[in-house]
Amino acid sequence: MFLLGVATIPWITWLGIAALSRSSFNTKVDVPKSQPIPFSHRHHAWELGIDCRYCHWGVEKSAWANIPSTEVCMSCHSQIWTNSPLLEPVRQSYETGTPIQWTQVNRVPDFVYFNHSIHIARGINCDVCHGPVQKMQITWKGNSFQMQWCLNCHRAPQRYLYRDPAYPNLSPRQQVFNLYRKLQDGEPLSEREHEILGGDYDGTNNPEKIANGKMLVSRYGIKVEQLADCSICHR
Amino acid sequence: MAVQEQLPREILIGGEQNYGSVNQIIDKVILNNGLHRKWFYITLLLGVMGTGLMLVSIGWLLYMGIGIWGNQIPVGWAWDIVNFVWWIGIGHAGTLISAILLLLRQQWRNSINRFAEAMTIFAVMCAGMYPLLHTGRPWVDYWLFPYPNILGLWPQYRSPLFWDVCAVSTYFTVSLLFWYMGLVPDMASLRDRATNKFAKYGYAIACLGWRGSAKHWHRYEQANLLLAGFATPLVLSVHSTVSFDFAMSVVPGWNPTIFPPYFVAGAVYGGFAMVLNFAIPIRKAYKLEDLITMKHIDWMCKIMLATSLIVFYGYAMEVFFGWYSGSKGEIDLTVYRMVGEYKLEYWMLIFCNCVAPQTMWFPKLRQNLWVVWIVAAIAGLGMWLERFVIIPMCLQINPLPAIDRPYHPTIWDIALFTGTIGFFTMLMMLFVRALPTINIFEVKDLLYKTIRSEGKSEIIKPATAVGVE
Repeated sequence: MFLLGVATIPWITWLGIAALSRSSFNTKVDVPKSQPIPFSHRHHAWELGIDCRYCHWGVEKSAWANIPSTEVCMSCHSQIWTNSPLLEPVRQSYETGTPIQWTQVNRVPDFVYFNHSIHIARGINCDVCHGPVQKMQITWKGNSFQMQWCLNCHRAPQRYLYRDPAYPNLSPRQQVFNLYRKLQDGEPLSEREHEILGGDYDGTNNPEKIANGKMLVSRYGIKVEQLADCSICHR
Repeated sequence: MAVQEQLPREILIGGEQNYGSVNQIIDKVILNNGLHRKWFYITLLLGVMGTGLMLVSIGWLLYMGIGIWGNQIPVGWAWDIVNFVWWIGIGHAGTLISAILLLLRQQWRNSINRFAEAMTIFAVMCAGMYPLLHTGRPWVDYWLFPYPNILGLWPQYRSPLFWDVCAVSTYFTVSLLFWYMGLVPDMASLRDRATNKFAKYGYAIACLGWRGSAKHWHRYEQANLLLAGFATPLVLSVHSTVSFDFAMSVVPGWNPTIFPPYFVAGAVYGGFAMVLNFAIPIRKAYKLEDLITMKHIDWMCKIMLATSLIVFYGYAMEVFFGWYSGSKGEIDLTVYRMVGEYKLEYWMLIFCNCVAPQTMWFPKLRQNLWVVWIVAAIAGLGMWLERFVIIPMCLQINPLPAIDRPYHPTIWDIALFTGTIGFFTMLMMLFVRALPTINIFEVKDLLYKTIRSEGKSEIIKPATAVGVE
């Protein structure tokens, strides 16, 4: 019995490490991070309905979505809430020309060459990766960003690509942001769109939708056989 | 296999022996501290110093990266892989003796198997170190193993390098189990005889509660046979897989079809040489001449001779393949080996592995321990040179004009290799000190069988009983 117990120790340790590295203790998924200013995506993106691109203006055309500069904040906050004590650090930053030191929430390692623009251009919604941002009072990480998670889509993009049948004339890029407008305007949403906005979207297993996704893969010219190559992300 | 005729006792066990004296001869090395003379401590100290050198080399390597080695492009595989293949080869004698000779019921294996198995394990430990360090980032070496990971990746199953990981780790596991299982009854016997309290407790824990009952022996025999069955294909498969690291590639000189059998033969050759190199001095120092007889040494020499002829054939075939391929790269390489940058190494290889072992044809020379020891040492060197001739030399010659300088090892290549030899020596010395170098119960079993075949009846007690005086 004693020997049996000893023999299980390595396995328990191994499983423990495996579980720990996947848990939010390590990945920080669903853990709101404290920020110098308690910025609320829920307030700005949902209650006020500001488009994502107003602040993250690089997302359609560059690798980086961009953390907005103080000037972007001040474009509104020089007019409204000008005396709010919560916004004191923003005014400080504006006067001294020192950037606000936000705590980074979503990070990929330096050896990963992630590009936002191509994902937007193929109609991958912000919330697919970032979780239900429009619901976040204090921003948290929506997904682990572990390689296995990236490969879910890179190995089977047909499970993730879709076209909104209500707006067949929008480009995939326009469709991304149209979803948030539809949410604002209370337009009816499909099951998939509900999942995306709820932050628990993990592709579809519906054969019909997958067939549709496959059609989009070929229309967008996505080379699936190359999509999971090392050099796609690690140059 | 046919039932063998019982070999006469004088060949296998010298002197007038009974169970007690067999126990005495083997146990006293461990239980009698006074038996260890100055040379033991000097060798152990050298081993410990070598281990220190190894640790320093590894530490500096981890700090600086593998740039401290001589490896460069195109010679990306150099001393590290040479040493890996060499050490893996050293271990093969142990597996051959313990597995194949067991299945073939070769009784002469009984007094050298323990020793050779220990060498296998220590050699594989030294060998395994090299590819792990060669990766350059040893802290993520667990990526070599297939396990469900957060990267969503598996190793490349089509790569011989991955086969190598599987082959070597299987080899180590089976060898370790085999060796340890054989030790269990002997450690029980030591537990019964040890007077030192710590030794007694140590052996008692290590022998897993062995009492020598018929049930224990029955299970032991079953497990031993099973493990021998596992280990037998390993003798052939491990070094074949190592040879695939080269044979599966497109480098000229690396893809003669003879590679797998020729690698295996070379491994057995180098392994037996190493067994002789260690067995001869230890036999002398601890007066084990009655158990490791001249006949044993004679047989080991013959195996060395036979395998050296196979590797000789392999070298001849390499030259033949070079010419017969008709490809410029292969022909250039064959000529380069003989007259190029490293011609000295090539001709030394031919001398060490093809010329020197021819002395073993002569029974007189096989009986001369000095000659045997020197030929075995030359064989060890020869096998190292063989890997050098195969690995960096084939990579060095390259159609690119930018290759302007030959490969040379750096001080750290040499330090790490010297260090692993020290590490191996240290482990062997500690093994000799702490564990029975000869399988006690198998020798007793052999004694029983030989005496019975002589028709005498004074020893009829079961041969395998523990602690029989």
